[in-house]
Amino acid sequence: MARARPQSLRQRIGDGSGLFWDRAARVAISDLVGGTSLGGRLCELAGKSVVIATGSQLTTALALIELDGIARRLTILPPDAEPAHFAALLAGAEVDAVVVDRDTRAHAALALPIRVTATTDIVADQRLPAAALETEWVMLTSGTTGVPKMVVHSLDGLTAPIGAGRRLDGAAVWGTFYDIRRYGGLQIFLRAVIGGASLVLSSSGEPIVEHLLRLAQHGITHLSGTPSHWRRALMSPSIRKISPRYVRLSGEIADQAILDSLHTMFPEAAVGHAYASTEAGVAFEVNDGLAGVPAGFFEEMRDGVVMKIEDGSLRIRSPRTASRYIGSDAALIDAEGFVDTGDILALRGDRYVFAGRRGGIINIGGLKVHPEEIEAVINRHPQVRMSLVRPKASPITGSIVIADVVLKSGSQSREVKSELLQLCRDALPQHKIPAAISFVAALDVAASGKLARRQG
Amino acid sequence: MSVKLTIMDQMSEIAREHGKILAPLRDDLVLLDSGLDSLGFAVLVARLEDQLGVDPFTASEDALFPVTFGDFVKVYENGAR
Repeated sequence: MARARPQSLRQRIGDGSGLFWDRAARVAISDLVGGTSLGGRLCELAGKSVVIATGSQLTTALALIELDGIARRLTILPPDAEPAHFAALLAGAEVDAVVVDRDTRAHAALALPIRVTATTDIVADQRLPAAALETEWVMLTSGTTGVPKMVVHSLDGLTAPIGAGRRLDGAAVWGTFYDIRRYGGLQIFLRAVIGGASLVLSSSGEPIVEHLLRLAQHGITHLSGTPSHWRRALMSPSIRKISPRYVRLSGEIADQAILDSLHTMFPEAAVGHAYASTEAGVAFEVNDGLAGVPAGFFEEMRDGVVMKIEDGSLRIRSPRTASRYIGSDAALIDAEGFVDTGDILALRGDRYVFAGRRGGIINIGGLKVHPEEIEAVINRHPQVRMSLVRPKASPITGSIVIADVVLKSGSQSREVKSELLQLCRDALPQHKIPAAISFVAALDVAASGKLARRQG
Repeated sequence: MSVKLTIMDQMSEIAREHGKILAPLRDDLVLLDSGLDSLGFAVLVARLEDQLGVDPFTASEDALFPVTFGDFVKVYENGAR
């Protein structure tokens, strides 16, 4: 009983806390100090393993603040989670309660014994249960084929990158293009709560133009997104209506072109790119306006984070790292406590630059794609002997997927190409469908007997 | 086929493949209002590179991505020369 328990998220809300908006609603976060968005049913969730299956980011934000310290485990379903995986995820996390909102899509796997509805109406409640637990926060990875991995974090680990001395003044207004149900977006949500700042959230299906106009209307000062989000925002004339003081990129590798474009668009703003992954947490932030990582970052421990390169890939040992996977025996960290990120770094002058991913994983606008999954679909066609799916650099989404195909008969008919595209369309989400299919005479096979994949 | 017609052709093809409705392609049409999303434009740029032999956005260091359809066509007309 005497073990010191860290403050819960609700306890970290100060008087100076800000407003959270989405397209439909506005919430004063300080109302949660003595109020609830869960219709008086928070006590039913005490000690439970709860899945947050809300459709809106704003109700997600409120539910997370309320349930930290109350629920035993919080599993956050991202908006693009595959419904076919729900049952396996819920069983893995031993979920016994679900928080929904009016935007939650109906799904049989979410018919749990305890079902609590979150709203954006905060009602005063004098009998809120006291925070009594150190809640496990469970996030899903995006980089796996099949059922995503479930990664266990603590609030302490999640908030470690934010730092104690960095409480923003109440005038800060954060925005994120990145959904708060993913690690990169969750960081922004936590910064806003702990920093007492305001936060503008997008609504599901909201066009970028309207989102930008709302960001402008609320006087956004700090704005975060993936390089792909930013490239898309830069295509909108409404981008000129905002003038953030701080522009942040994470979730994908930031190249020099996007950093320069943002500097040109916002000459007064600090432009920084952060490296983070769901497993490793935030490893570092680069704020000198240049792509890549200064080699000096590897020479000393920075904020408790140690980085090294082994077998070409970035390894991170950090208090911000997740502790383990649920439902998998795979080790998240090695014997020395390092997470292998799988990101390949190469030294160019005095900086390390990103040179693709081990295993050929392709990052398309922040979504990771395993080429093998697409090859398996293409190889189903009776005319196909073998195929190689590889990334091609894209100025818009970082990479796109293209496929090289060897046919059995050598007949390179137009029909086969459209049949292959149809196969992919039937079996794969849009971002995994090859943008182009080329027929080639042969593919390189490495000494290991596997297809030779170049780092992209 | 002219550069502009090639672009229009590819845009309607991609819109069809992605199940999107393409807006009438006037020069002042804001690209984000065209009906294609980021992925659609990524596919467009890749296919135009195949057809026209140039990716003007990757080739250039400083180009901000164009905002309107007319600007987009101009980038290719300048690049394809």
